[in-house]
Amino acid sequence: MPTSRPHTYRPDTPSHPPVSWPDYKSNVGRAPHKPFVLLPQRLGEITGPLLGEGRVGPNDNDLTLGHDGEPQGQRIIVSGRVLDGDGRPVAGTLLEVWQANAAGRYRHDADRHPAPLDPNFTGVGRIITDSDGRYSFTTIQPGAYPWRNHDNAWRPAHIHFSLFGTAFTQRLITQMYFEGDPLFAQDPIFNSVRDPKAREAMVAKFDLATTVPEWALGYQWDIVLRGKNPTPLEEEDDDE
Amino acid sequence: MSESQTTGLQLSGLQTTPSQTVGPFFRHGLEWEDGPYVVPEGTPGAFRIEGTVFDGAGLPVPDAVIETWQADPDGRFDHPDDPRGAVRWKDFRGFGRSATDPDGRYSVLTVKPGPLPVPGGGQEAPHLNVSVFCRGMLVRLVTRIYFPDEEEANTADPVLTSIDDPARQATLVAEIAESTPTETIPLGYRFDIHLQGEHETVFFDL
Ligand SMILES: [Fe+2]
Repeated sequence: MPTSRPHTYRPDTPSHPPVSWPDYKSNVGRAPHKPFVLLPQRLGEITGPLLGEGRVGPNDNDLTLGHDGEPQGQRIIVSGRVLDGDGRPVAGTLLEVWQANAAGRYRHDADRHPAPLDPNFTGVGRIITDSDGRYSFTTIQPGAYPWRNHDNAWRPAHIHFSLFGTAFTQRLITQMYFEGDPLFAQDPIFNSVRDPKAREAMVAKFDLATTVPEWALGYQWDIVLRGKNPTPLEEEDDDE
Repeated sequence: MSESQTTGLQLSGLQTTPSQTVGPFFRHGLEWEDGPYVVPEGTPGAFRIEGTVFDGAGLPVPDAVIETWQADPDGRFDHPDDPRGAVRWKDFRGFGRSATDPDGRYSVLTVKPGPLPVPGGGQEAPHLNVSVFCRGMLVRLVTRIYFPDEEEANTADPVLTSIDDPARQATLVAEIAESTPTETIPLGYRFDIHLQGEHETVFFDL
C-alpha cells in the first residue's frame, strides 16, 4: 500500500567542510573518528524550532545602537536574502549574528588579543527575515584578529551567522567574509571549504546600491539553506 | 511531465552556504537567558538532562553549545510540515540551547517526548535530536538522546537498531540521575557526549 510521506531535504555534504580538518589545530582532538550513522529524515528532522519575533528586540538589527555613544570604526549595512536550495525565500526566520569590534576584539572573557574593547560596541545582533526572505542589519566593519593556530595566523574579518530555517535538517552556523580580504589564503577555516564555488559563496560583495550616502557602506550576502527533495507523492513501503 | 520537471529542479538547485565553526567567542551571540528551558520551570513532569562534553583526550570541552529539538509528550510538533498537523502543548518550545560551562557541562529542562510514528509502520522511541557546535568543529555534529527507562521502545527503534554494535548503541542512551537534596529542579537524566576516543558518541549523517 503506497503511503504519503513528508518531504525530506537533499544531501549537501560537498558544500561543507570535512569533519576532520587538521590544518585547523583544535579540530584534531575534537573531530569524531568513527563513521557517521545514516539518520533517515522523519518527523523530528523535517520539523524544527520556528523562532520569530519574540526573540528580537527593537534595536537588535543595529549593532551601533544601545550604548552611550557611537562605536569606533567603519559603519556598514549588511543585507541579503535567506533562500532554500530551490531559490525559495525563507520568510520569518531568525538570524543571530556576532562579531569582533573594529579593532578585532570580541567582548568575551577568553579573547586575549591586546586590542582595545569598545565601550560602545557589544557585537551581537538578531534579525527576522521579511516575507521575501530579506534581512538587513547595521554594524561596524569587524577587524581581523590574530590566533595561535599557526605561525603569524590571522583570521580574515568575518561576521558569525546562525540560522534555523524551518527544519532541524536546515540548521546552519557559518561565517560571512568580506570581498578582497588578503588574509583568505592563509586561513584554514575559510579554506576548509574545498569547493571553490562554495567558498566564494561565503564572501559578501560591496554594493553601491545599498550604500547610504554620507552614512554607511553596503554589503550584500545571500544565504542558502538546504533544499528539499522533490515531494514523494507515492512511495512503496520500504522501511525494514 | 513530473519527471523532467523534477530533474530540472534538482539541476537548478542552489548550493547550500557552507558551515563554519562557531568559534570560541559565541557566548555573547548565542547564549539566551531562557535557552535551557524547553519548558518553563514548574511544568508538571519536567526534569533536567545534564551532561559533559569531552574531547578525544577525555578533557571537558568548555566552549561547546548544545541544542535539542524534540516532540511534545504526545509525540506532536507545533510545525506546519508535520503531516499530522501542528499542535501546541502548553508552553512547550521543543527547542533547548545550553552553552557548556568551564567544566564542559550543559543542562536543559524538558519533559519526555512521546514516540513518533514511522511512515510505513513502527515507531521511533522517545528521543531528543541534538546538535553540537564547538570551537574546533567546522560542521555541526548531530546525535540523539534516548531514555534508559524506555527499554521496550528502544529495542524497536529503527535508528538504534540500525547500529549493530551494542556498545555504540549505548552511547545514545542517557543514564538516570538523581538530584541532590539542595537542588530545586529535579535532575532526571545524564547524557555525556564524547566527541572522540574510546567512548565516542554515535553521530549521524543527516
Ligand atoms: Fe570569529
